[in-house]
Amino acid sequence: MPLLTDRKTQSQYDVIVVGSGAGGGMAAMILALSGVKVLMVEAGRNYEPATETPMFNTPEMAPLRGDRTPVRPFGHYDATIDGGWQVPGEPYTNKAGTEGAFWWWRARMLGGRTNHWGRISLRFGEFDFIPKSRDGLGVDWPISYGDIAPWYDRVEQLIGVYGENDGIANAPNSSPGVLLPPPKPRLGELMAKKSCKQSGVPIVAAHRAVLSQPLDWKNLPAQLFPGNAKAQEIIGKDMMLRAPCFWATDCIRGCSIRANFQSTTVLLPPALATGNLDIITDAMVREVIMENGKAAGVHYIDKKTRRDAVVKARIVILAASSCETSRILLNSKSQDKAGLANSSGQVGKNLMDSVGTTLGAHIPALENAPILNEDGAGGLHVYSPWWLVNEHSKLGFARGYHIEMGGGRRMPQMSSFSRLDQTSPGIYGSKLKEEAKRYYGASFSFSGRGEMVPNKDCYTELDPQVVDQWGIPVLRFHWKWSDHEIKQAEHMQQTFAELIEGMGGKASPKSGRDAIQRPGEIIHEVGTARMGANAGDSVTNQYCQTWDVKNLFLMDGSVLPSNPDKNPTLTIMALAWRSCEWLMGEMKAGNV
Amino acid sequence: MSENLSRRHALKWLAGTVAAPVALKAAPGETEPAPPAYPQRYTLHDPDFSKALPGPWDKLMTEAELKTTTALADLILPKDEHGPAASEVGVPAFLNEWISAPYEKQREDGEVIRGGLAWLNTECFKRHAKPFEELTTEQQSAIVDDICGLEKPKPEHRIGAAFFKTFRQLCLGGYYTHSATWKGLGYIGNISLGGPYPGVPQDIIEKYGLQDVA
Repeated sequence: MPLLTDRKTQSQYDVIVVGSGAGGGMAAMILALSGVKVLMVEAGRNYEPATETPMFNTPEMAPLRGDRTPVRPFGHYDATIDGGWQVPGEPYTNKAGTEGAFWWWRARMLGGRTNHWGRISLRFGEFDFIPKSRDGLGVDWPISYGDIAPWYDRVEQLIGVYGENDGIANAPNSSPGVLLPPPKPRLGELMAKKSCKQSGVPIVAAHRAVLSQPLDWKNLPAQLFPGNAKAQEIIGKDMMLRAPCFWATDCIRGCSIRANFQSTTVLLPPALATGNLDIITDAMVREVIMENGKAAGVHYIDKKTRRDAVVKARIVILAASSCETSRILLNSKSQDKAGLANSSGQVGKNLMDSVGTTLGAHIPALENAPILNEDGAGGLHVYSPWWLVNEHSKLGFARGYHIEMGGGRRMPQMSSFSRLDQTSPGIYGSKLKEEAKRYYGASFSFSGRGEMVPNKDCYTELDPQVVDQWGIPVLRFHWKWSDHEIKQAEHMQQTFAELIEGMGGKASPKSGRDAIQRPGEIIHEVGTARMGANAGDSVTNQYCQTWDVKNLFLMDGSVLPSNPDKNPTLTIMALAWRSCEWLMGEMKAGNV
Repeated sequence: MSENLSRRHALKWLAGTVAAPVALKAAPGETEPAPPAYPQRYTLHDPDFSKALPGPWDKLMTEAELKTTTALADLILPKDEHGPAASEVGVPAFLNEWISAPYEKQREDGEVIRGGLAWLNTECFKRHAKPFEELTTEQQSAIVDDICGLEKPKPEHRIGAAFFKTFRQLCLGGYYTHSATWKGLGYIGNISLGGPYPGVPQDIIEKYGLQDVA
């Protein structure tokens, strides 16, 4: 894959896009396919999935058999390179008095965090856009589900999402023919489905950005880019080159055959094929520069040489990830002391992550199960959408969660045999091998991913004392869960215990406060520069355009006014595509 | 996310080991003060997946410790009809790598393992005036039976029992994370398949009574 790392740039671009992940990759591709000259500025290093993806590597080829370590929190083969909750030389801090230390995951690499994720691609539903109208908490979005539904269709068709239309309230159907067929459930997933049926919890096909069959490269391009022959040709060729999943290896390692979605394999190649996109990597943006009240470009540190540099364009799009985008705004002080585009005072506010907790157990019925290849799509095949949409008055907490699940015979890891301490103490020799075989793959776990309500105690701001190794002031976080999240985690634990017992396992649920995972640990942080209907209480309008600076746009998770239980990546892409189409209209009309 | 990750420890370790100072290197032909070069790639943080990368840290075990480790690992996971011996798939070298790693969890295990190996050989010396690896299989088993945890260990065997538990768990992990053991275990993945994912065969669906949800 050709990547422009010779650090040559033209003197003037139409648009600068900061960041190369879901939002930045999508924005750059849509604009470039439409003939707009784009410069992408990425803080991380160049990354080439074709040569750097260890898809079939086995644990014995890795340090510590690939086990998780403080520097490789998801194991050695995780596709996040040069990143993690800690990045050397790029600290962040927590404010005195915070109740929970926020963990900030970053991926300093081309494609950002789209290289490592679960590929779970759930649409926000009708109710998710009007949370305040439904329960009085948080804010409503400036758009409805109907406004974004066509863009969800387009994104799903472009990237390829498997799933089914189940007609479940607030878990929207896609338009007919949009979704790819889901893979069949694994044995443990079928057992979970049976248990869920007894408990009244629906289990349906998961929606994941993985090709279960080749994309319809003959017809889709014309549907996605009507009237744009060049875009159709480029996208058609590119879709033809994407292989469907071959049911092996973990998606979190990345996918060199391009079966699953990552910005580096799906968005950037066609964007580069247009000839309208230049990319510079290792370019750490410090601030947006302003001239005559308009954004004029960005000031970055060239990490290769440690020199400051400026690039200019008519339009600036920040898509650096939620918190990094806010950090750039707060560090852009050319306009006023509170940071750029912050007349509402909302930049850095309303930081959210998903509510997460997990419960797993040994399932006796899975002991010595028939030997099956259970790799599958490298992630879950089924999931449970939130099923108590209309019962919140009985639950005692706001909003809901979906359930992810997993187990069975996956590639052995260091932790796969820890259960033998309890089941088979004292055994060694050939008998121990028989025990290992008997218990391997006989565990199953449920994980909740729930919606948190934005609150005034969860925010980020600049640390007045600390800078990173590039001399840029760092973020300081403050966090406090509300009772809604704690009670929700408690409900998750109780539900999972019931489901595990329905499968014949013994569960030990924890209290909500003990079970809730750390803020930032689920890596779904959004908010900090929310969109809204009024300039007074939001940072951007519904098209991700900042109210204060007409040619400055934010196209990542920062603009989300709420954080529904659904993983945010799909929505970030749909919003970016929609906003770019609007932006091009504004450019043509001479408004920006 | 690993329950083992402690952010405090991660920070401490990063501060101490990884965040090396940026090297100052004069660029040729520079007239103004040369900017510091871009830091070298952090091999752990940003690994090269095209290379097998054993831990880039010094290994702590002595040759004598490795010999005892090999003998005990092969007693726990011997060569048999289920698969190779632990030493045939590199478990002793793995244990050495593990206990030498610069992370909190591994350091804690390392103290248990190295102290335990010494305890084991002292016990062998007392009983037979020989190190563990020079005993007969029967003699080895007699000692291991005292510490394996099948029965409550006597007070004088408690240290040995704590050691054996950690040692056995690490052996299991190291053994089954080697691809040469997978056939005997029943893992048949990591192989590309064409066409749709086959799913669970009908006879197994029926055996487990899952017809109504399949």
